[in-house]
Amino acid sequence: MEGFKTLLYKECLRFWKVGFQTVLSPVLTAVLYLLIFGHVLEDHVQPFPGVNYTAFLVPGLVMMTVLQNAFANSSSSLIQSKITGNIVFVLLPPISYREFYAAYVIAAVLRGAMCGAGVLLAALPFVSFDIAQPGWIVAFTLIGGAFLGSLGVIAGIWADKFDQLAAFQNFLIMPLTMLSGVFYSIHSLPAFWQGVSHFNPFFFMIDGFRYGFFGVSDVSPWTSIGVVLTCFVVLAVVTLQMLARGYKLRA
Amino acid sequence: MTPAIRIAGVTKRFRSLQALAGVDLEVAQGEFFGLLGPNGAGKTTLISSLSGLARPDSGTLEVMGHDVVRDYRAARMSLGVVPQELVFDPFFSVREMLVLQSGYFGLKKNDDWIDEILHHLDLTPKANANMRMLSGGMKRRALVAQALVHRPPVIVLDEPTAGVDVELRQGLWAFIRKLNQDGHTIVLTTHYLEEAETLCGRIAMLKAGRIVALDTTANLLQRFASHLLQVKLAAPVALPPLLAARVLREVDGGLEFGFEHFDDVADILAGVRAAGGSIVDMALGKPDMEQVFVGIMNQN
Repeated sequence: MEGFKTLLYKECLRFWKVGFQTVLSPVLTAVLYLLIFGHVLEDHVQPFPGVNYTAFLVPGLVMMTVLQNAFANSSSSLIQSKITGNIVFVLLPPISYREFYAAYVIAAVLRGAMCGAGVLLAALPFVSFDIAQPGWIVAFTLIGGAFLGSLGVIAGIWADKFDQLAAFQNFLIMPLTMLSGVFYSIHSLPAFWQGVSHFNPFFFMIDGFRYGFFGVSDVSPWTSIGVVLTCFVVLAVVTLQMLARGYKLRA
Repeated sequence: MTPAIRIAGVTKRFRSLQALAGVDLEVAQGEFFGLLGPNGAGKTTLISSLSGLARPDSGTLEVMGHDVVRDYRAARMSLGVVPQELVFDPFFSVREMLVLQSGYFGLKKNDDWIDEILHHLDLTPKANANMRMLSGGMKRRALVAQALVHRPPVIVLDEPTAGVDVELRQGLWAFIRKLNQDGHTIVLTTHYLEEAETLCGRIAMLKAGRIVALDTTANLLQRFASHLLQVKLAAPVALPPLLAARVLREVDGGLEFGFEHFDDVADILAGVRAAGGSIVDMALGKPDMEQVFVGIMNQN
């Protein structure tokens, strides 16, 4: 247990030591999205009755930041350790593969949550809203963060070079995030694309998370949490299998 | 007494390369043991299999009686490995890294031992320096420190003195010797064969994934001859078969003969002259580990 706690502490310390890059930069990026899109679209779009566009945008940006940073944390930590070779420092000690998984995923969730909280705090001067159901916000932050943290572990282990990881991030994570309803309600899309959106697990994470703020969403939060939880469990099983077999870690 | 290391029937294949082809080996507790072999012989694969970094295709490995797969926690607690590559985590200082490494092994308060290791490895002045700021030799010693942080009874050093200057190397060996005298089992791989000859009580030589020699250092040194005679000739000559069989190797245009008794020297020289050889220089010597190593590798 001490090994797990130390690995978790080390993973948190690692991103905290470069906080400008890992926490403040994503917050600034999200705030710029908020200012620009909010300014341009505020008077033209009202996604939900009684919810203005800037307020609608905030939960989407918060969750997008949570997800992207959870993925970035575990994936970048692992690929850096693999490429520099210092991964041996966590493979030689008596740390089980379950502890290894838990440490990387929890650290990913913590960084995601910290970045998300930063975006929320930074957005407060620009929007005002009541939080309808905070329990959903916490639930989607934790499960969504763990989902992307797991995906980051898979990507970090699978990729042999930074280029492959960048491909994973830019051709999978980024499109799925941007097309998940961060910037729009899927009800504004043609029926075909609404249907396609239902195959994107990121849509359910954003939509369910947004429900926690406004109490309204495109689909039921129970449906969303069910989808997200199922995806997370599947991904967790796959990741644990990879770690148990030592895929690309233990020759 | 339980052996420090027990390896039985270990094989490992990487695609078409048979890295380990059935290795059996026991290292007793308290030994200073050398594992030698050319590049690609399987030394690092064997160490990786022992430490859990690689998974053998067949066979079993134990550290202090603990199977490295079934009882991996106890096995890894008993083993400290200094990896061959000069790796480090650029996010942390030397002390932070040692504290983290202690934690990985379940040790909460390890500061006194960390201070002692830093002192013995001449790293105290650099304890709070980031790993990136250290020289190659210091990084190497920091790796040794990491391997020792949980006081493992068995310490494996995979070419630990590569890139370390002579003075620091001597300091490192003094510390490792002290650990050995304190009861730690040391397993060393090195390309500096004189180091293995000086330090190791017993040596195994690996070639193409097999152990081709395993004996005490003293016995290995006498394997081909007790003494050596190096003879430099003005021009090459064809030696009669009986005399040619005593040539261990050709060195710098000369011939190196092995012999057991000093009376043999006169016979060898007479034989060379009888074959028409003109001797321009000669020297007597004792075999060293490099000659033994080359001889065994050529035999196999």
